[in-house]
Amino acid sequence: MRALWTIFRRDLTLLLMGAPGRGGALLPLLFFLAVAMLYPFAVGPDAKLLARTGAGVIWVAALLAAILPLDRLVEPDLEAGFFDQWALRGIAEEGVLALRILAHWLSFGVPLMLAAPLAAGLLNLDGAQLWTVELGLLLGTPGLAAIGVTIAALTAGLRAGAALGGLLAIPLTVPLLIFGAGSLQPGGEGGLLLLAASSLAALAIAPFAAAGAIRAGRE
Amino acid sequence: MQPCRLAAYDLACRRGDRLLFRGVGFELTGGEALHLSGPNGIGKSSLMRILAGLLRAYNGHVEHEGAMALSDERPALDPHRPLGEALAFWRQVDRAGEARADFGLEDLLDVPVRYLSTGQRKRAALARLAASGARIWLLDEPLNGLDTHWGASAQAAIEAHRALGGIAVIASHQPLQLQKLRTLSLLEHLP
Repeated sequence: MRALWTIFRRDLTLLLMGAPGRGGALLPLLFFLAVAMLYPFAVGPDAKLLARTGAGVIWVAALLAAILPLDRLVEPDLEAGFFDQWALRGIAEEGVLALRILAHWLSFGVPLMLAAPLAAGLLNLDGAQLWTVELGLLLGTPGLAAIGVTIAALTAGLRAGAALGGLLAIPLTVPLLIFGAGSLQPGGEGGLLLLAASSLAALAIAPFAAAGAIRAGRE
Repeated sequence: MQPCRLAAYDLACRRGDRLLFRGVGFELTGGEALHLSGPNGIGKSSLMRILAGLLRAYNGHVEHEGAMALSDERPALDPHRPLGEALAFWRQVDRAGEARADFGLEDLLDVPVRYLSTGQRKRAALARLAASGARIWLLDEPLNGLDTHWGASAQAAIEAHRALGGIAVIASHQPLQLQKLRTLSLLEHLP
């Protein structure tokens, strides 16, 4: 247990603060805000149009921000031999990866939720819409983190793994996007429940799928 | 010290379509050391990984009593962190005390791992292994990158580990100066 706590602390420090070649939490956050800022420039300052489409843009931006750190979630540790050393000590990959999902979520999901009011301001969303977006992000980003870690484990060690990871993430995260953005449509409250369900399903499967990918990669 | 043991029975390893070796078997108890020899590509590292449980053997099985520690070409130390912190991470994971063996790292503890030379990195990896408290040491090319002085120190550390009842398996293409060393040449186990 204490070993897992030590590993979790290291994960969180690395993902939040970053390291040379590892970026940190700031990059996805700035990317997210940049998309929210650029969108009004692209479609023009029509307040009604922005309010109607803005929430969807927030969801697309969140999804892309989740893809951004994929290549540093698992690959550097696999490369440096950390996973082998943990396996040798009898620390299960499932546990390590479940904690990594948590650390990844804390380092990108929570900052996105904190930045969402700013993005909502840029996109002219009203209070009720912002509330739904925040709730949706709270329910949806854990699922994005789970899918992200799974894909990172699957593509670690492959050449062009980063590009492939991004391509793989898009179809897998489509349900989260549909339910998340859909919950903002009039009468779309049920979307939040479906969003939570998809997120939970991803969270339940991800540690086992990712651990299987790491073990298969050893052969 | 609890007894430790490492035994391999009729191991075979296949990589892709190629059978690397077969019929490898040995049994080691506390204080013994085994030198795996053979030219590059014959499967020394694969055998190490099979012994460590990281690779599935094509045939045969491995039994061990006592914790195992592996040192291979990847040091598993965070490149950007100072050496002291990178080693402290593993000390916390292993809940082990200070390393018994000294690898001359005191002056390097503030230096980020990525600035260390190959030999210094190797010494750091050996220090991590020695500090882990594991009874069975699996050393894949432990002398690579070490100069004569530190090569001798590393072997002295292995001897000290054996004197305390530990086991060492050493894959190396270099000659080793260890007492009562058993040798296993993979050339004799070609398919």
